[in-house]
Amino acid sequence: MIESADRSGTTTDRSDRSDIDRTPVVDADVCVIGAGPAGAIVSDRLAAAGHSVVVLDAGPRFDPADRIDRQERAIRPYYGRPDVWDGDPERDAYSSSGDRGYPLNHARVKGVGGSTLHWQGMVMRLHEDDFNAATERGVGVDWPIDYADLRPYYAAAERELGVSGASDNPYAPPREEPHPMPAFPPSYSDSLFAEACEELGIDMHSVPNARNSEGYDDRSACVGYGTCQPVCPSGAKYDATVHADRAEERGATVIDRAAVQRLDHGPDGERIQSAEYVTPDGETHRQEADAFVVAAGGVETPRLLLLSESDQYPDGLANTSGAVGKFFMDHLFAGTGGVLDEPTRQNHVGFLTSECHGFYDEADAETAPFKLEFFNYAGPSPVEMALSGESWGDDLLGDLRDAYGNNIAMGALVGQLPDEGSYVGLDRDRTDAHGNPVPEIHWSVDDRALETIDRVNAIQESILEELGAEITWQADAESTGPAYHHMGTTRMGEDPTESVVDPDLRTHDLRNCWIVGSSVFPTGGAMNPTLTIAALALRAAETIDAALDGL
Amino acid sequence: MELTRRDALAALAAMGTGGAAVTGVAHVRDGDAGGPGNDDDGPGSDGETSMTSGDSDDSLLADPAIVEAFVAVAEPVYPDELSSIEEFVGTVIEGRLREAPTADGIRETMTELDELATEWYGGRLPTIPAADRDRLLREVGADVAGEVPDGTLAERVRYHVVNELLFALYASPTGGELVGIENPQGHPGGTESYRRGPTR
Repeated sequence: MIESADRSGTTTDRSDRSDIDRTPVVDADVCVIGAGPAGAIVSDRLAAAGHSVVVLDAGPRFDPADRIDRQERAIRPYYGRPDVWDGDPERDAYSSSGDRGYPLNHARVKGVGGSTLHWQGMVMRLHEDDFNAATERGVGVDWPIDYADLRPYYAAAERELGVSGASDNPYAPPREEPHPMPAFPPSYSDSLFAEACEELGIDMHSVPNARNSEGYDDRSACVGYGTCQPVCPSGAKYDATVHADRAEERGATVIDRAAVQRLDHGPDGERIQSAEYVTPDGETHRQEADAFVVAAGGVETPRLLLLSESDQYPDGLANTSGAVGKFFMDHLFAGTGGVLDEPTRQNHVGFLTSECHGFYDEADAETAPFKLEFFNYAGPSPVEMALSGESWGDDLLGDLRDAYGNNIAMGALVGQLPDEGSYVGLDRDRTDAHGNPVPEIHWSVDDRALETIDRVNAIQESILEELGAEITWQADAESTGPAYHHMGTTRMGEDPTESVVDPDLRTHDLRNCWIVGSSVFPTGGAMNPTLTIAALALRAAETIDAALDGL
Repeated sequence: MELTRRDALAALAAMGTGGAAVTGVAHVRDGDAGGPGNDDDGPGSDGETSMTSGDSDDSLLADPAIVEAFVAVAEPVYPDELSSIEEFVGTVIEGRLREAPTADGIRETMTELDELATEWYGGRLPTIPAADRDRLLREVGADVAGEVPDGTLAERVRYHVVNELLFALYASPTGGELVGIENPQGHPGGTESYRRGPTR
């Protein structure tokens, strides 16, 4: 499927200048592919440790001054979501071949900062059982590391991203210190939900947000633009330009619009020698380095490995297990909404302030983990609605008043099981702007997840009915869609015949190649993945730093 | 309900021509975000509003005439209960003509619309009755067209004229309050109002 025509409009990126040097860095210690949160954090840490780091990103370096213009695109109906961050339908072409269509480009961004430029900014830790799904729930696989292994890195990740949160969640895994910033207080509509939930014995608690509730890390507190997803004009929401910029300050070289085409290994097949990349002038370059870190996300990372096939590795690099691209997982969205006969005060901000993890650890072989979300942006945003109506003047105002004011809604994320039949592959019948096969997304969802959505919907209905709401819509097992959390496609494990990377995220096959990002998750739980991505990146940076002397 | 200069500057901030003011507000609010009254400060008070001559293309209306035409169109497009439309629209459109990436499209489309007013109703937009301006917009098809910046005349009028005015209004604090939301999307109105209950 090709996305809508280019509507990138007139905003600029900082990478249009022709005098930018995009030639390879000589004597680089580390080449990182992808400047999203995983790649940027690893780059920052390794640069801080004194290594020569070069980062290659396929997309541009966006100008922060353009964020208000991007906000206008986010609000105006003419622009689709991919247009907000200059999505390029040729560059980003893909195929969707599964029973369920997968709108890959709806929520991903190519460029320095990656999809954190677009993300919602919810940062929960996985629960302890998420690391031991096979043992504790009887399905899926166990991670080769436990929560305890990752716990200090979670705390470090919260400091790195800047997380506003509170220790009021009785279901969260143990933590040793408070969040860096206080949580955003509950919304007015949270208070309405609270009465109903209390009646039903359902606990509510705060949401950890990678969004400043006060000034932090030289970024301002949230000023309430209300367009968090897909763009935060103030910079109060964390995005990975924070770490990409910091890495550069520490000596790293970030080369944007450097689309890596393939990785080439040496004659022994045990090391990557170079990353071949193409720049906007059409030139092809080869970046050599002692170590390579692939951090291109759960779709482009396996695609790059598959594109890097050779005589020695005809099925792609790091793929002797055959697991590259397999076990593609996402989180399923389940939602229910309606209207009350009283004001609900929605759409003042674009983030959540309350959730419920009370059902999460009831997950077993029949029921998937899930969390409930209480929305602060149910129903129409008046300004968005005004721009697409067929009236104006007093008629439009009447329509807006009728539509806005008493909507209420809940969401949920539901975990799915890893399944070999859900995969990211190569569509050799279609090529992208560089002539490479596009990624084929073949997404399938297990019955356990779909049946859990039924249960989630029933809980949501009970809460809304307790509130006295008239239910007007539902995202159920049939109409569910992905949360755009691409996981599992280069899974972590001890056994080289069943996994792509080891517990230190080094590939089993190539001793100077690491993979960071949610593609290494063996299972996905039902928590938004980015805090875990960041924690794993911080942990991997330590092992890469230690390993570099021996490479 | 009266539109204020604060509303105009807020609209410009939401629409991408208030960059300096927005940066200022983020900076100022660094220390007091979330506190009571966080919503009360405008997004800067030093915005430039002076008239500029704009494009020198003789086939287009001069910028002051473009602004006048927008004020005229705003009368049917905005609800009757609003007052001080002229200053609000003037400040917004002057800012957009000065800095918006779509300024050329705004000039060209409003010039075409104004010419149609003369052709069909015998006078420029500011000179014909408000009811005729409303009819003209509908006859052009701007009521049912989706906005497209470089589309048909109907689509361009929807994008560069009607939606330009509606975006400015409903992303401003007063426009939001008309509907019942003090901090509409696009307006950096702080993190206090989402916690407040309704005014009874």
